Amino acid sequence: MSGNPESAQLRRGTLASVALLVVFLAAWEWGPGCLGIPPYIVPPMSAVAKEAVRMWNVSGLAMHTGVTAAEVLIGFLLGSLLGAFFGYILGMSPTAEVALSPYILALQIAPKVAFAPLFVLWMGFTIYPKILVAILIVFFPVLINVLTAVRNVDPDLINLARAFKASRAQIFWKIEFPASLPPLFAGLRIGSTLAVVGVVVGELVGGNLGLGYLLAFGEGQANTPMVFVAILMLTLVGGVAYLLVILAERRVLHYMPKNALSGF
Amino acid sequence: MTDTIRLEYRNVTMRFAQGAGHLTAVENVSLSVRDGEVVALIGPSGCGKSTLLNIGSGLAAPSAGDAFVDGERVEGPNAHVAFMLQKDLLLPWRTVIENVMFGVEIQRVPSAERRQRAQALLDNLKLSDFAGHYPHQLSGGMRQRVALARTLAVDPTVLLLDEPFSAVDAQTRMVLQRELAQTLKSAGKTALLITHDLLEAVTLSDRVLVMSPRPGRIVDEIAVDMPGRDDPLARRRHPRTGEYVNRLMQRLGIGHDGEPVPA
Repeated sequence: MSGNPESAQLRRGTLASVALLVVFLAAWEWGPGCLGIPPYIVPPMSAVAKEAVRMWNVSGLAMHTGVTAAEVLIGFLLGSLLGAFFGYILGMSPTAEVALSPYILALQIAPKVAFAPLFVLWMGFTIYPKILVAILIVFFPVLINVLTAVRNVDPDLINLARAFKASRAQIFWKIEFPASLPPLFAGLRIGSTLAVVGVVVGELVGGNLGLGYLLAFGEGQANTPMVFVAILMLTLVGGVAYLLVILAERRVLHYMPKNALSGF
Repeated sequence: MTDTIRLEYRNVTMRFAQGAGHLTAVENVSLSVRDGEVVALIGPSGCGKSTLLNIGSGLAAPSAGDAFVDGERVEGPNAHVAFMLQKDLLLPWRTVIENVMFGVEIQRVPSAERRQRAQALLDNLKLSDFAGHYPHQLSGGMRQRVALARTLAVDPTVLLLDEPFSAVDAQTRMVLQRELAQTLKSAGKTALLITHDLLEAVTLSDRVLVMSPRPGRIVDEIAVDMPGRDDPLARRRHPRTGEYVNRLMQRLGIGHDGEPVPA
């Protein structure tokens, strides 16, 4: 335990982090009052906590959180699968990339959240438009990372496999695919947080389910603590999604040197 | 060593398109390597040494001329040839033994035999303690040894070695050179060794071929008439080694003003 400079560093860092949290919570609780900020602008922490309990008991906070989490999960999974699929296709076929890249670029430049009202028009106040926005927003970082990874595989590695008479499929499964995994996971990390953004925007635009709906509802009621609760829960959903990606990454990329995997 | 010719280049010329015209990398190169022989190929940078390696391994087709391995014309990659580069090209997601098995796995050698062959090579190259390690846990010299084991695992007739030790430190290089020399000798392998290191060329080979600057042509051939091709460290101390290196330096125009002596 002691004597190891790394663990000492870790302990000091954790302590400082906890101390920072305490300071922040205290500042939140008493800061606004001291500065004369009214509670409808920044409600103190206790008011937000009380509102969270009320929402849990009365407003179905758990159910709304579950709906949002499910939309995030489905949107993230489908968006990642599609992104990875097209990333591999485009990475392996320069012709396909030349043909499709202008459209993909245009779609990437278009602000994806702006599609939310359109999707709601098409699919109504269901969970589908939210999932679709999430798919669209997750798609690109995953696609770009996979595409770049496949392109950047050392040509000498491919030649090595070719010299052993590897088939195209063997080159993909034994070299290109495993080589693409670290950048794929970097893309999934980004995607996991973006999926929440996509879902919330969809929920804000229309419907009566999910944390985005509670957010808009709270705003309409001028219920600032409710808005705070919704934001906190959204952060929690995003955090869990991110954590799951990291756990999967640690398992899959177990061969990587420890310091190459960041803790975030 | 027998008189059977294992590797042969016959009037090989390689041109690459460059802008409107083309660039001739190697021109009319003919050389042959007999069974069990190690031939070193030296020459200035960019003289097309590596192009010859790509042609021999079937990764590139020559613009003119032919390459033959075991009397068969090289039409593409084939199981008789394996190459090893300056880069170890180990796959970071495979353990040492899995990396050694990479080639035999692609060639669909049955899994039990794969493992057996890899294990034997790891034993020979003193790597058995590291079979389960990942490449990032190894030193540069050990990684290169794993690459050598992977090259030998497919049991090639001919090894094409492109500056295999130029990226490791001087002392490790000497150790690796000796291991390579012993392995080549005991397995009776035929090898073409491309190198920049004149001392390496002299101590590891039976013959040294000297190439000209681009377009690469073979301008000289020096038979290394010394004992101990399986012991490069002993050869280093041999009085004739200095003479050979000197002669190669002269041939390449190193340390002399002006152009190399014309052929």
